[in-house]
Amino acid sequence: MDLSLLLTDVPTLVVVIVGVPAVLGAYILGGEFLVRRLPDRARGSVRPWIWVAPALFFVTAFLVAPAIGTVFTSFQSHGGDWIGLTNYQRQLVDFPNGGAWIAIRNNLYWLVLYTLFVLFFGLLLAVLFDRVPYESVVKSLIFMPMAISAVALGVIWKFMFWYQPADAPQTGTLNAIVVNVFHQAPKTWLTDPNVNNFALIAAAIWGITGFSMVILSAALKGIPADLLEAARVDGAGEITIFRRVIFPLMMPTVVVVGTTLVIFALKAFDIVYVMTAGNFGTDVLANRMYKLLYQADNPGGASAVAIILLLAVIPVLIFNLRQFRAVEARR
Amino acid sequence: MTAEAAARVGVSHTARFSPAWVAERLQGAVLHVAVISLTVAWMVPAAGLLISSFRHFTDINQSGWWTALAPPYNFTLENYVQVLQSSNMGQSLFNSFMITIPATLIPVTIAAFAAYAFAWMKFPGRDWIFLALVGLLAVPLQLSFIPVLKVFVSIGLVVQNWGFVGVWLAHTGYGLPFSIYLLANFFRALPSDLFESAEIDGAGTLTVFFRIVLPLSVPAIASLVIFQFLWIWNDLLVALIYVGGTKSVAPLTVTLANLTNSLGQGYNLLTAAAFISMLVPLIVFLSLQRYFVRGILAGSVKG
Repeated sequence: MDLSLLLTDVPTLVVVIVGVPAVLGAYILGGEFLVRRLPDRARGSVRPWIWVAPALFFVTAFLVAPAIGTVFTSFQSHGGDWIGLTNYQRQLVDFPNGGAWIAIRNNLYWLVLYTLFVLFFGLLLAVLFDRVPYESVVKSLIFMPMAISAVALGVIWKFMFWYQPADAPQTGTLNAIVVNVFHQAPKTWLTDPNVNNFALIAAAIWGITGFSMVILSAALKGIPADLLEAARVDGAGEITIFRRVIFPLMMPTVVVVGTTLVIFALKAFDIVYVMTAGNFGTDVLANRMYKLLYQADNPGGASAVAIILLLAVIPVLIFNLRQFRAVEARR
Repeated sequence: MTAEAAARVGVSHTARFSPAWVAERLQGAVLHVAVISLTVAWMVPAAGLLISSFRHFTDINQSGWWTALAPPYNFTLENYVQVLQSSNMGQSLFNSFMITIPATLIPVTIAAFAAYAFAWMKFPGRDWIFLALVGLLAVPLQLSFIPVLKVFVSIGLVVQNWGFVGVWLAHTGYGLPFSIYLLANFFRALPSDLFESAEIDGAGTLTVFFRIVLPLSVPAIASLVIFQFLWIWNDLLVALIYVGGTKSVAPLTVTLANLTNSLGQGYNLLTAAAFISMLVPLIVFLSLQRYFVRGILAGSVKG
């Protein structure tokens, strides 16, 4: 490590930590000072804009305007000429194995398997853990992978999936089980196109299940105890109670978690990038966009892929907005 | 003891050693076995890597990590020493702090101002702008990279000239929709009497914000800070786009990803590197788990 960097960077950090709140605080104080100089009537209409202006600036500059720019770039050649739908055509040519189709297929795998399994495990763990006195400990342990980066998660699972030729001792956990317990030949989990997508999705499921468990567990605890007791008194078995009482009451939460997971699945990037770099038929849209941008120097194609990703997200986005407005209307 | 309480603590009313009593005990045992084995199975991947990181290079290549659980215990710190000396981990750890701290501080402060306005001020278009922010929560960041990069390059706001300023600003833009959403929901839930009585006392907007709203919102702000901190600390994509893999600037995630792709067979260093990268998030998580969970609940269970 270069110590001279400490000498320049640490003061920078201190300046930022002290300076940023100072500048933003001064902005709000100064804004309020000016607002008070205004005539009574104008104050109420000027003040809110002062408070939201920095946020609106950043959101417009880094999300809204660039998103519109990407739409334009997706219709342009590298040189900036208008080429209509050519970029999209190049991405969507040769169904089902050419262009972006492999990535689209894999995103569909992610969408379905990742979402369903994470909901399933989340619900299962929430219900089981609810019944033991050491709930908080086991919950923390399941939840822990949420805190680490997807890169570290990828490293963890690379070791799980490690492959050694059949005559060597298997050092990967899964292949050791395959060889020693099931007496099968070891599998190349990450390069075999029959299993590798599922291997990546399994790793991702492991990382995010804690998220769905925590939310579903909170919803489960929100169910009134007398309701469950009444069902028990009526002689309903635990499984019937789950199917007829618990699950329907948790449905709204399941839907909210599910839509969040769908968005995560569509945006999947880190795990694929770290574990296979999108090779061996495991590409996803986010990784393809990155590769087109940095390895192929093809911003037009990358933009087209980004727009395809946006189109995939739009139904979820609309659903979220409706959900939000419905909640607002009840407020 | 009421039936409800009995059901909760799992105490049975049935006579000892009757068939019903035995069945109930068995059910309880099955439950505990299921819970504990699921949890243990869930920990195997991480435990395997942790144990591997304390094994010798030759051992890692010759036998599985589970063999190290039996004597003779042959653990070592050499992987950690080696990775700190030979690779770029120390510098990267430092870079991660350099990126994460400002990129947490700036959006949270700006979001607090905006959320206050969205929650307690009236202005034309307020509800529509807030709705647009909710919509932006789902929009992939990928959509913004190319135009922002073009502008950064054309005005010279690149790592070589300005260090991490570009990535701080980008993270500010990306973090704001969620931050505003979370804080505005919290601010709105504060009782309106507070504001009315403060106004009657002649307190200005600033006094209400700094003296009443902020102190009452410490838990929400803590949740948000932890969230944003972990999100940026663990981020790979934004760092790859705006910072890149140059040794002097790469954060931990980028360095670890580079190690993963380059080391191939010599993966003993990777085990230690992965745990070094997890150290800070795990400390944050374990010490502040309560706030973290609260943030997750506030951010996703809408309403």
